[in-house]
Amino acid sequence: MTEHAKEIPEAQPEAYSEWLAHRPSYTFPKNVLAEIYRAADKGLYEIRGFGAKRRIPTFDDLLFLGASMSRYPLEGYRERCDTGVVIGTRFAKKPVELKVPITFAGMSFGALGTHAKEALGQAATALGTTTTTGDGGMTDEERRSSKTLVYQVLPSRYGLNPDDLRRCDAIEVVVGQGAKPGGGGMLLGQKINARVAGMRTLPEGIDQRSACRHPDWTGPDDLEIKINELREITDWEKPIYIKIGATRVKYDVQLAVKAGADAIVLDGMQGGTAATQDVFIEHVGIPTLPAVRIAVEALKEMDMHRKVQLIVSGGIRSGADVAKALALGADACSIGMAALIALGCNKPVYLEDYHKLGTEPGSCHHCHTGRCPVGVTTQIPEYEERLHPEQGARWLRNYVMTMVLELQTMARACGKNHVHNLEPEDMVALTIEAAAMAGVPLAGTEWVPGRTGG
Amino acid sequence: MKEIDLATTKVHELNALLHKVNGASAERVWRVLNPRGRHAIAPGLNAPLELTIEGHVGYYCGGMNKEATVIITGNAGSGVGENIMSGLIRVKGNASQYAGASGHGGMLVIEGDAAARCGISMKGVDIVVGGDVGHMSAFMAQAGSLVVCGDAGHHLGDSIYEAQLYVRGNVDSLGADCIEKEMRPEHVAALGALLQKAGIEAQAKDFRRYGSARKLYNFHIDHADHY
Repeated sequence: MTEHAKEIPEAQPEAYSEWLAHRPSYTFPKNVLAEIYRAADKGLYEIRGFGAKRRIPTFDDLLFLGASMSRYPLEGYRERCDTGVVIGTRFAKKPVELKVPITFAGMSFGALGTHAKEALGQAATALGTTTTTGDGGMTDEERRSSKTLVYQVLPSRYGLNPDDLRRCDAIEVVVGQGAKPGGGGMLLGQKINARVAGMRTLPEGIDQRSACRHPDWTGPDDLEIKINELREITDWEKPIYIKIGATRVKYDVQLAVKAGADAIVLDGMQGGTAATQDVFIEHVGIPTLPAVRIAVEALKEMDMHRKVQLIVSGGIRSGADVAKALALGADACSIGMAALIALGCNKPVYLEDYHKLGTEPGSCHHCHTGRCPVGVTTQIPEYEERLHPEQGARWLRNYVMTMVLELQTMARACGKNHVHNLEPEDMVALTIEAAAMAGVPLAGTEWVPGRTGG
Repeated sequence: MKEIDLATTKVHELNALLHKVNGASAERVWRVLNPRGRHAIAPGLNAPLELTIEGHVGYYCGGMNKEATVIITGNAGSGVGENIMSGLIRVKGNASQYAGASGHGGMLVIEGDAAARCGISMKGVDIVVGGDVGHMSAFMAQAGSLVVCGDAGHHLGDSIYEAQLYVRGNVDSLGADCIEKEMRPEHVAALGALLQKAGIEAQAKDFRRYGSARKLYNFHIDHADHY
């Protein structure tokens, strides 16, 4: 050995043996261990709110190609970039006109408190858009506060009432939901107070599991007859939407068109829920990104694109998300969870109440407990007081208008005078996965995986 | 009496006429001829009409009825009287599946047999069936009464909540959380009143009563095999 070699410092085995000793398992990381301990203790799957927490390809993986030499942009703030959308042009005598292409998704009274529902209604009215009822029926408060209200017809049929069908502005037949396609709703006993129980004709305090299938039709041929009945009851006035969770999108979209839908609400797997099995939220359904592309292709194949409107939901958070969904061919987007976040969901206030739930602001998914610290998904008066409907409506208006301004910024940059003029050709993908799913080329290439030469 | 012939009038024209009936001076007694199994005849009625349909009807006849009395002289297709709120619907023949599904109130009388899922998801309606009912009847039934003068098919009252079931004949099998219950004097009286209101000849004391064991109301792992 040379003198030189002797000078190299030797690592002490204790210094690295600890790394080996503390090596985490990829198969059994701590969150998996915790779930196994929890399951062994409780003997029940985890039920929670919020949406999918896993990483999946999203609209973030797409980029717009702004105008430059070969395209001509529009002047921001000066040249018009319209955002109006009409839903229900196929059969309805009275289609729904949206001033902005962002609606509020169906969320039940029961899952949400009255203040949250009122805030959504007031904001929708001010914005010139729609809000939507949910499982459990329509409350007078939300009808009063919403100028244009979409009434859901759900498998459970809780509180379904022909008077409400007559006083709504559009009807949404819910077949599925992105968070749990193939599953029904859940509202645990702690949220079934006297008013909620009364609206649902159920005993107070029971764990309420909504049906996953409609009671009076099975399959698309029956649904066509069912939709005809709903049109007859409402004298063909109101648009009828069909809401589906994103799974076999091509077939479901085409069957919804055949069944007579005026519009299709397509909810990707990121879509939120107030209470569902974690395994369902994380492992069933496909992301919103590929779902939009498949739905638009399915509509185009039937020459029904823009004739049957496509409303996309599931993980929409920003004007960029809306712009990308619209560029792929959607007519409008719908927000649920993002709207609740604007109302204060997961906000770092009332920390002690987050701690009582064993969680922290930023990672709370305890909607199912009914003890929402910020008064959104609760029926407890003390918590509900924390959300003032007028303040909530203001937050929602600010948030949605910000999204609309962002959307217009993107559209103008691409030289479009209406947000519907955005097109897939305005975009590229950052990842191979997103390129394949959205059907746009990987940035810097001509390559659309699955389409152009493999 | 106003008479509408569906051989010459479209169903949606009939329905639009029926929906306009509200004032006290309006014609209350209607007769519909030649229904020929058409779907969605007279859904969403909203006034105390007396409507007789002479013949067979398709799906969802009298759906979401309020206040009106609808008499169908023939057979009814799927979902007759679905989500009925009040009033009376009487089928003189047989009814297909999901009769009275999710009905919130009023009464549905089927003088013949009803197929599968009769009274599914019922929420307060009273259904009286002169004959038999098919499998999965009163599935997830929440409130109201289902009276079966004949036999009931498999899985009667599966996942039932608080609805009352009365069956005179044989029950093939009971669904999850549905049990036979004691027929106490108040039940005999309530059933007697339902039979009388329905105009069905039967003795209340000949029936057996079924309802919820209430074991599935709050999830417990030890009951998992009942689901």
